[in-house]
Amino acid sequence: MTDRHRLRQTTGAAGTRILGFGSHQPDKVVTNDDLSELMDTNDQWIRDRVGIIERRFAEKDELLVDFAVAAGTAALADAGVEPSEVDTVILPNCTMPSQIPNAAAQVAARIGITSPGAFDLNAACAGFCYGLGLASDLIRVGSARKVLVIGAEKLTDSIDPTDRANAIIFADGAGAAVVGAADEPSIGPVVWGSAGDLVDLIYMREHKYIYQEGQSVFRWATTQIAPIALRALEAAGLQASDVDVLVPHQANLRIVESIAKKLRAAGAREDLVVADDIKYSGNTSSASIPLALDHMRKAGTVKPGDVVLAVGFGAGLSYAGQVFVLP
Amino acid sequence: MADNAEILAGLAEIVEEVAGVAQDDVTAEKSFVDDLDIDSLSMVEIAVQAEDKFGVKIPDDELANLKTVGDAVNYVSANAK
Repeated sequence: MTDRHRLRQTTGAAGTRILGFGSHQPDKVVTNDDLSELMDTNDQWIRDRVGIIERRFAEKDELLVDFAVAAGTAALADAGVEPSEVDTVILPNCTMPSQIPNAAAQVAARIGITSPGAFDLNAACAGFCYGLGLASDLIRVGSARKVLVIGAEKLTDSIDPTDRANAIIFADGAGAAVVGAADEPSIGPVVWGSAGDLVDLIYMREHKYIYQEGQSVFRWATTQIAPIALRALEAAGLQASDVDVLVPHQANLRIVESIAKKLRAAGAREDLVVADDIKYSGNTSSASIPLALDHMRKAGTVKPGDVVLAVGFGAGLSYAGQVFVLP
Repeated sequence: MADNAEILAGLAEIVEEVAGVAQDDVTAEKSFVDDLDIDSLSMVEIAVQAEDKFGVKIPDDELANLKTVGDAVNYVSANAK
């Protein structure tokens, strides 16, 4: 073997942390009563089944990339990071109206980030945790220095108004986090995986309308996801009692509560804060975790230094979770 | 192997825990949906707990056929190992 077969390698940061969060939702609030005028449903039924009180719907001319620009810009401001410092943009989503071009490059340009590595990532509702894990690892190996991760969705383009079981769940929005190097490692290892044998449980009908087998998805989420969250804790070297905040993907309040119940059974503290942002934001897929955290930080229900356990799960089926410390 | 009375009592405990229905109200002729007001997601939770308790598999397509408490008792009785 000659020297030209021995290539130079990068080395990166010892640890990483989240430097800031941002989010954006469209202005239009849609209540359960509003939906009951469009389809055969009612406020109590929706609250009982999924826990949603209201959600935000975009207008026709408000696009996924618009929410992503707003959320990304807000996250940079929160982090005190200039666009010029960002070298990589990861944009988890599953509702871009076309495959080409991707969302990440145009969003980065509009934010003022010059020639970053930029790509979309589709792990559906697990997308943010996948993106955060990837961002952290890119920085640790030296491929990136500062990464903007933006989960953004316009799910209302993919709602079949005649499918009342699914049309009441989904909504629009974006949430973002800025990730950078840190001496004190504040993002734990990502624990991720997939169950492609269950591909038929959540999919787009006619390449357009999101459909899911509600009972089967509920069974999977309430039995298989808490163990993933516990594995993420173990990977970070922590125990359930170390967690201040649990942020499951905001799929359905009853799934959120089920995961929280299992974390409590595993030893979580009584004062564990559990994200319930779905009540006022609906299910925003890859945006839901950073959207919930941004709302909770602004509401003061969480504080800097809190230890967060996040877990995303959805179509694929895909799942991912990790622990991180709040800025 | 539990007899049908024991299965019914075990199911009643699960239904009470999941849906808050008093155990005495969980009788064989009752419909889960129409009489006990149990929705499709709670049925999944009941099925998952029944699987653990009785060592049976209750797939979602079978679950749809279990209309009454008696249907569930008979299913468990026929399929428990």
